[in-house]
Amino acid sequence: MNKPIRTVSVGIMLLFLALMLNVTYLQYWRADSLDSDPENRRAVDATFSQERGAVLVGRQAVAESVPSDDRYEFQRTYAKPLLYAHATGWFNYYNAQSSDCTTCQQWIEQTQNDILSGDDDRLFVTRLVDLLSNQGQKGGNVQLTLDPEAQQAAFDGLRQTIGPDGQGSVVALDPRTGKVLAMVSLPSFDPNRLASHDLSEVNAAYEQLDADEDDPLNNRAIQTTLPPGSTFKIVTAAAAIESGEYTAADQVPGGATYQLPLTSGETGLIDNEGRSCGTSLIPFAQAMEQSCNTTFARLAVEVGADAMRDQAEAFGFNEEYFDDLQPQAESVFPTDMNEPETGQSGIGQFEVRATPLQMAMVAAGIANDGKVMRPYLVDEVQSPEFERIEATEPELLSEAVSESTANQVTELMVSTVDNGTASPAAIDGISVAGKTGTAQSGIDDVPPYAWFTSFAPADDPQVAVAIVIQKAPGIDRGEIAGGLLGGPIAKAVMEAVIR
Amino acid sequence: MAARTALPAQGANPIIGFVHRRRRGAELFLLVLALAVGIGAYAAVGIGVQGRVPADIVGYGGWLTALVVAAHVVVRIVAPYADPVLLPVVAALNGLGLAFIHRVDLVDGTDLARNQLIWMTLGAVLFMVTLVVLRDHRVLTRFTYTAGLSAIVLLLLPMMPVLGTEIRGARIWISLGPFSFQPGEVAKVLLVIAFAGYLVLHRDALALAGRRVLFVDLPRGRDLGPILGMWLVSLGILVFQKDLGSSLLFFGLFLVMLYVSTERPGWLVVGGALFLGGALTAWRLFGHVQTRVSVWLDPFAYYGEGTNDTGFQNVEGLFGMAWGGLLGRGFGGGDPTRIPIVESDFIIAGLGEELGLTGVIAILLLYGLIVERALRAAIISRDGFGKLLATGLGSVFALQVFVVIGGVTGLIPLTGLTTPFLSQGGSSLVANWVVIALLLRISDLARSPVPDLTADAEDDADESTQVIKL
Repeated sequence: MNKPIRTVSVGIMLLFLALMLNVTYLQYWRADSLDSDPENRRAVDATFSQERGAVLVGRQAVAESVPSDDRYEFQRTYAKPLLYAHATGWFNYYNAQSSDCTTCQQWIEQTQNDILSGDDDRLFVTRLVDLLSNQGQKGGNVQLTLDPEAQQAAFDGLRQTIGPDGQGSVVALDPRTGKVLAMVSLPSFDPNRLASHDLSEVNAAYEQLDADEDDPLNNRAIQTTLPPGSTFKIVTAAAAIESGEYTAADQVPGGATYQLPLTSGETGLIDNEGRSCGTSLIPFAQAMEQSCNTTFARLAVEVGADAMRDQAEAFGFNEEYFDDLQPQAESVFPTDMNEPETGQSGIGQFEVRATPLQMAMVAAGIANDGKVMRPYLVDEVQSPEFERIEATEPELLSEAVSESTANQVTELMVSTVDNGTASPAAIDGISVAGKTGTAQSGIDDVPPYAWFTSFAPADDPQVAVAIVIQKAPGIDRGEIAGGLLGGPIAKAVMEAVIR
Repeated sequence: MAARTALPAQGANPIIGFVHRRRRGAELFLLVLALAVGIGAYAAVGIGVQGRVPADIVGYGGWLTALVVAAHVVVRIVAPYADPVLLPVVAALNGLGLAFIHRVDLVDGTDLARNQLIWMTLGAVLFMVTLVVLRDHRVLTRFTYTAGLSAIVLLLLPMMPVLGTEIRGARIWISLGPFSFQPGEVAKVLLVIAFAGYLVLHRDALALAGRRVLFVDLPRGRDLGPILGMWLVSLGILVFQKDLGSSLLFFGLFLVMLYVSTERPGWLVVGGALFLGGALTAWRLFGHVQTRVSVWLDPFAYYGEGTNDTGFQNVEGLFGMAWGGLLGRGFGGGDPTRIPIVESDFIIAGLGEELGLTGVIAILLLYGLIVERALRAAIISRDGFGKLLATGLGSVFALQVFVVIGGVTGLIPLTGLTTPFLSQGGSSLVANWVVIALLLRISDLARSPVPDLTADAEDDADESTQVIKL
């Protein structure tokens, strides 16, 4: 009987081999895909229990993991929740579950998840040391570019101006590098509530925030596009000078009204709402100081739709350029416009829409000799011991205008602060360049949006700011004007950076 | 089961007169290693889960040591030539299982490990009793039909109205007061004895007659009786007790023993056809079989919200093993209690999570060793009954391991069976200890010197001289 016994042995050996191969496949090759299955509660629990790295602003940790005594080892806490909510985002069980979720919040907690959780390849050595010393994996830290004083000034200024129920946003950039120095969106929310370990609490908080009409979860700085109104005249002026037809010292067409080409009557008639714009030709500086619609509509028509679009796109319109927070809205400059539409677009109306970040980039581009830097929020990533692993290198996004054009537009903007509508942003002893905007919402019953954008010092720019006030319930419709509302905020933010 | 050529040609007869060494010292050394595994695992569970070595480690370790040493001493006295590897391997597996059940206890607040230790004690005692009482396994041939009948009675017991209990959809338990008992596990051993006894008598009739179709010798129609009978019993277990695993196990076992006793692959063809036919019919007719197959094909479709969660156990098992990865999370580092009844059928998934691929492969190798030692005993055994008995016990063991671990790891559809020596559950543990006792007895007889040389074989040092003598 030995022969069949040997055959049976071989058969059984094959069965055992099959078991071993299958187990190896399961625990080695297939393990990664099973571990990252969003339904795998083990992986989620572990991620959620980890000591994540901190998000730092200046020397303060604005998001960090502190030991917790409930079923998870660490609780994520946000030190200044309202101030930094739209930068950090939040981290809770759901986020841990869907780290690659593309439709949900993709702010620092999410976009820098690999560093914060410690899974990033750059933290390999740290992980190895943790493993060998039998300690739990610790995440690295993320240092943000935000300037705590500028952020606070922006937050306080905006909050004061628009009141508790208002909507608005402030963005400040370092024009030389593209660093985001301040990014505020109001109303804000408390990410601590969304990071609770109690899932029903999280759900209730999220539903409440989601249902809120003022949309606190929206990061208006990058997610809301509005007609930029007169602040867009900076782009129009740049296009006119780039075209070679004008210099800042030239006379430009003025006048109290301007009938757009191909139109007749009220609908195509541009006026200046009573500001002094001369009769036929006026100095370029005056047109900017008084924010003359008639001038810039005509300049846009003269430059032409294509050149206008090229100029707007050179500043970043019609593309996404900000990697550190997602999702973001693209600022829009329309294509295939006819002449009257082009005229409207020259004063930031028609279908032109911009995010506050985009308008800050326009100001920053002018400030930085025409070079628009790619904006970024992550300054550097660090090991758990706060050693620098990698710092973000500033990157040129585009050369929007020549240095000479940039200098001329700066001149015009400086005189707008010195003698014109942007005067509330003036700082003693420092030359400030600025532009106001009051954009028609285009919707009945919705008051206009007040814009303000500026940079300082004009000769050696350190900060560029854009402010939008989307809704300020306490303020009469007639009083909504970019200079009045936005100017003081811009001034406070610029002072915070420069001083 | 084809590759026969790879085996050495020295073949059927061991070199006559070759005398095996007793190797009891080796067994003792291996037992020390096995105890280190068992007690070490117990300590590791305490450290991993509670952060300290369990307070009762001395008592626990002492008890385990006492059991193992007692078993060793009995083997030394009554079966001095028995295989030295089997007992240590079993001790290691049993210790590992106990430690893991203790780990589950610590999370669930249950007291299963204590019960399991009591069952292990009972198992070890029965092991010793079997060795002491049964000095020659051939005695068992007298009980061929008694064993067969008892097995059938035991298998029928769960169907009795008061005694039988249905747990998790399978009616294979009987309840006696607080204890529940799985008679199928004992029936398994009795069936092997019955098959071996029957086949060793009737093998010639089953082997010689028949006709040849396409290179295989097919048996005669009238000889198909026993195999058809066993096939029906297996189907009955499947239909009435809804126990897929045992059904498969018994039929597979019978098939292997039939093949070995008759040396005719034709039986495998007939049996394979019957198995396929039965499996297909069962799949068509029974909802619970269909569910198992669908869950096996795509467990994730039966997991999570919006599904009926029939695949919950499978998927959690897969997640657990994946989570363990290459080296495992360490005792206390994983979350194995997410898997329902992880201390029983799914214990290998729990061990895979905490000990990793390395641990699972080690366990599989230990099982492989047991089977290998069993088949080795079969090959060197000097009597047909011993050969058949050892082959049967080894095969049933291998099949059980394959069916349950293959089911848990998704290689084949999941069928409920215990993982020998690891799973929580008394009947299985006790039955398997007896299986090992029988294997030791067969190997002892097979390895001990031929009777008329016994006097000289006392002294190991004379061994070489003895070989020359013949």
